[in-house]
Amino acid sequence: MSLAHRIIPCLDTDGVRVVKGVHFEGLRDAGDPVALAARYNAEGADELVVLDIAASRDNRPTFLETIRRVAEQLAIPLSAGGGIRSLEDARGVVRAGADKVTVNTSAVERPELINELSREFGAQAVVLAIDAKRKTTGRWEVRVRGGRGETALDAQTWAQRGVEMGAGEILLTSMDRDGTQSGFDIELTSTISRAVSVPVIASGGAKVAQHFLDVFHEGAADAALAASIFHDNTQSIRELKTFLQQNSIAVRLPC
Amino acid sequence: MIVTLIDYGAGNVTSVARALRRLGVEVAVTNSPAEIAEACCLILPGVGHCAALVTALDKHNLRQPILDAISHEVPFLGICLGLQVFYTASDEAPELPGLCLLPGRVSLLPNTVKLPHMGWNQLCATRKSRLLQGISPDAHFYFAHSYAAPHNGEETVATCEHGNEFTAVLEHNNLFGVQFHPEKSGSPGTQLLRNFLKVAA
Repeated sequence: MSLAHRIIPCLDTDGVRVVKGVHFEGLRDAGDPVALAARYNAEGADELVVLDIAASRDNRPTFLETIRRVAEQLAIPLSAGGGIRSLEDARGVVRAGADKVTVNTSAVERPELINELSREFGAQAVVLAIDAKRKTTGRWEVRVRGGRGETALDAQTWAQRGVEMGAGEILLTSMDRDGTQSGFDIELTSTISRAVSVPVIASGGAKVAQHFLDVFHEGAADAALAASIFHDNTQSIRELKTFLQQNSIAVRLPC
Repeated sequence: MIVTLIDYGAGNVTSVARALRRLGVEVAVTNSPAEIAEACCLILPGVGHCAALVTALDKHNLRQPILDAISHEVPFLGICLGLQVFYTASDEAPELPGLCLLPGRVSLLPNTVKLPHMGWNQLCATRKSRLLQGISPDAHFYFAHSYAAPHNGEETVATCEHGNEFTAVLEHNNLFGVQFHPEKSGSPGTQLLRNFLKVAA
């Protein structure tokens, strides 16, 4: 009996459709979020993340409607994010059916937002998403605005600060690995996971089952997230979990 | 049967209501003392900070109707924080009294493990349970909490472990509680809700 390592499919949307790209660029259509949500719920995903990567003000009502329709399909937890700048934005997302709120750029711009959300919804409902870019010095810089915006923040320092402010989970994306399918950044994941007291979700670079095994074993990740390999059916969630279980990783195999 | 969900402002009322409606029951969502007093089956779906729940119960004058309903043997299910509030108090909000239906305090899980205890975990059954009937002993349930209830009382029917052992499922006459979120726990969670409705019918 122990806590299962979670497998989390991610739906990057433009508010309406699932899109995908390499290094956060060159987006193309990858399907209907509602149909994908239903499929992942049935296939044994442990949680689902839905993001509005356009995150524009005009898009809000459409994205909230997408969250509502996705949530209707699920008997597993749902995180939603993209463009959440205030407590009021977050309330809308939670009312639409999200269990957790994911913040990224807006938290870098105004860290108090994390605290406000945590006081209202509890730390377990606040996910701090960090996009980390490797520097030559062996550290990682926090990037914002979908990876385009540079900051002076060190990823580890920011993760620790975020937890102090009330984040209950870190969604850690390697900008260097995202879209490359060359495996998770083990060093990044392990560094951050060992530096914080909250669960860390590894993201960016997954292709084969071995990548997940590595990030759980050596990367000390509590959960792992991927998008296109699940959308394209290159990796089945059930087979992935069976492989992990055979390799002594605690997972939830739906009965 | 109408199931009455006590809405004190927490986020998960919608998903609990949705899960129940899928099972074909009528759901009323309320924070009115009068409606709670008349309910024939009550669920308190809590999430977030303990202080927010206790404060909201008192602000809306819900404490007494809840206690009356429980003493009048109305089937009552507490989910997550909704379970924790059955005890005398919680270390998360030490200055605020719980419902004092069960002895003991809710306390923080040890910092030797990652907190919140977030994700899918299995149970260890300690007594015969009505809520867990027909559910595989290997089933996983979805947890998301940092504070937990003691497991040494006779109301505990199943425990879970994350750093410490704690109460995951409790049953005491018409009083039921689960630390995990059945509305987010796939088919075992659905079965548990179905079992509660059967008991309540």
